[in-house]
Amino acid sequence: MKPKRHKYVGLQKRKAKAGYMFIMPFIIGFLVFMVKPFFQSLYMSFCNVELGAGTFRQTFSGLTNYRFAFMVDPEYNRLVVEEISRMMVYSLAIIVFSFFVSLILNQTFHGRAFVRAVFFLPVILSSGVILGLEENNQLMSSLAQTIENTTQGISITAALESILRTAGVGVRAYETLFEVIDNIYDVAIASGIQIIIFLSGLQNISSNMYEAADIEGCTKWESLWKITFPMISSLFLVNWIYTVVDFCMRSDNGVIKKIQTVMIDQQQYGNASAMSWIYFVIVLAFVGVTSFLISKRVYYYD
Amino acid sequence: MTKRSWKKTKTGAPSAETGMAAANAAAAGADTQVRYSQLGFFERNRLSGGYLLRKIVTQKAVSIIRAILLFGMCFMILQPILNKISVSFMTEQDLYNPVVISIPEHFTTENYRLAAELMTYSKALTNSFIVSLTIALLQIAVCTLAGYGFARFQFPFKKFWFACVILVILIPPQTIASSLHLHFRFFDILGLFKLTTGKTVNLRGSALPYYLMSAGCMGLKNGLYIYMIRQFFRNIPVDLEEAAYVDGCGMLRTFIKIMLPQSKPILTSCFLFAFVWQWTDGFYSKMFLGNTKLVSTALSRIVDSLSAYIQRINGVKTTISIAYSNCILATGTLMIIMPLIILYLFAQKAFVESITSSGIKM
Repeated sequence: MKPKRHKYVGLQKRKAKAGYMFIMPFIIGFLVFMVKPFFQSLYMSFCNVELGAGTFRQTFSGLTNYRFAFMVDPEYNRLVVEEISRMMVYSLAIIVFSFFVSLILNQTFHGRAFVRAVFFLPVILSSGVILGLEENNQLMSSLAQTIENTTQGISITAALESILRTAGVGVRAYETLFEVIDNIYDVAIASGIQIIIFLSGLQNISSNMYEAADIEGCTKWESLWKITFPMISSLFLVNWIYTVVDFCMRSDNGVIKKIQTVMIDQQQYGNASAMSWIYFVIVLAFVGVTSFLISKRVYYYD
Repeated sequence: MTKRSWKKTKTGAPSAETGMAAANAAAAGADTQVRYSQLGFFERNRLSGGYLLRKIVTQKAVSIIRAILLFGMCFMILQPILNKISVSFMTEQDLYNPVVISIPEHFTTENYRLAAELMTYSKALTNSFIVSLTIALLQIAVCTLAGYGFARFQFPFKKFWFACVILVILIPPQTIASSLHLHFRFFDILGLFKLTTGKTVNLRGSALPYYLMSAGCMGLKNGLYIYMIRQFFRNIPVDLEEAAYVDGCGMLRTFIKIMLPQSKPILTSCFLFAFVWQWTDGFYSKMFLGNTKLVSTALSRIVDSLSAYIQRINGVKTTISIAYSNCILATGTLMIIMPLIILYLFAQKAFVESITSSGIKM
């Protein structure tokens, strides 16, 4: 009995070793390129950094940088609050939009491959430098405006908006919604990956469940909420985290832009580190709290 | 298949109650199908108690609404590209002509020539291609190793290391950018260089740091690739590998011979992601590859280079109109995404279908 047990332990050990060998690149990379800069940047945020020719000097200065970010800098507070509130609205809109679109794209119809290709195009269009350049292209926006104006008379959303405005119920909530609808392009362009993730989840649900529900007399609407929703609820968590992080870290975000200017143009490394740390902690706290709340409601099938 | 049989039972059940003839037909079994197909549509509808008509009307309505919605949304996504295409063929006077909206009056390809010259297009294109390809290959290779390690092996501190992967996904590169800047400016491994040569190495301005980072899974969105690949491997049954182990196949060999061929879909899509994101990335490119001419950095500078160019040929300082610089910018953007779109058209299946059909559980 004994030698057999020994061998089991040996295999276990060998597997553990092999596992470490496999993730070794990650461990080395993490230690060399992440841990040190991470703590250095944390330390730098408490420091006064002076850049000289060929060398740099850090002098500890306590909370000066943080005080600067909150009290002296005229923009920073406003930018953070604005971006966080925009992020909440838009992340919700992106999640709802991508869920809706993936439900449609999961059905069978003519030209589905083409439509899927189009909806996934934003992954290319909204990446990297293109996004930032798109922002301040006035020619394009004026052209889009012209085209929009020619269709003004038949715009359903405009008509709906004016009806709801004159009805005057809960105007504030409507205004936020209208803003999202007017910027639906931004929402669509940011939801490429989310649609893919939802689609992969939808394809995993076995059709037996829908058939059983159908035979029992369940309507499509009911089976959406009783089958589809619980079955892909774990993906809502993944998508939520991805959306929030993506929204906060993309290069056209106001706070990120501000940090870039402070760091690269004004060469104030200490202030930039402090600002990015404040922002990072806020976002991390937000992600942590919301994903905790969502994960309470997530249903795991197996 | 399932739908049709289901419809049959549905239409069959009420008919048994309503008509004598239909009841007989239902009892006859195989005969039913023939009899039903002989009946007219409204007759069948009557037999089903109005169910058939209702169903067909709903189906048609749903598909029409869906078509309208999808057309609108596709148009919305494609419109900026179409606008850019039409603008890129206009001359400067067309841009100011209020009558010209999307079809140019004076057709020209001059914008393309100018944009290509400003971006040193052919050179930047080759550079970008080489950099994106090598970086993407390197990143996917190491991320696959790490993802496989996380999916299949039990080892101490596994949870801790995986939490680190999540942390890598969550930490914005901008947070650590400033210290990475300095890290590579005064690069040193545990003080070895300082000990031997007396000074640290300046790695800024060369491409080496970025390759090193990619080799360590710390490139652009690499945490996400590790996560996706891990989820994929977790879904593959363990039996195959165990059989390989029993037959005396080593760990690495099992990975290469058995697991890699199976994981083609996820590897292709991750590779394509890595390629595309690297191609358009401005952040890492600006930070590490500043000296290499890339399409992404060239595009972000195109407006400045345009004004410099105009100034050079005119000899005097002139301000260029916003419309014209934006037109050149649109042309440049088109030229940059053109290779990606061609790639995308060819690899569309790999992009979209492979992830969805492989069914990753997140």
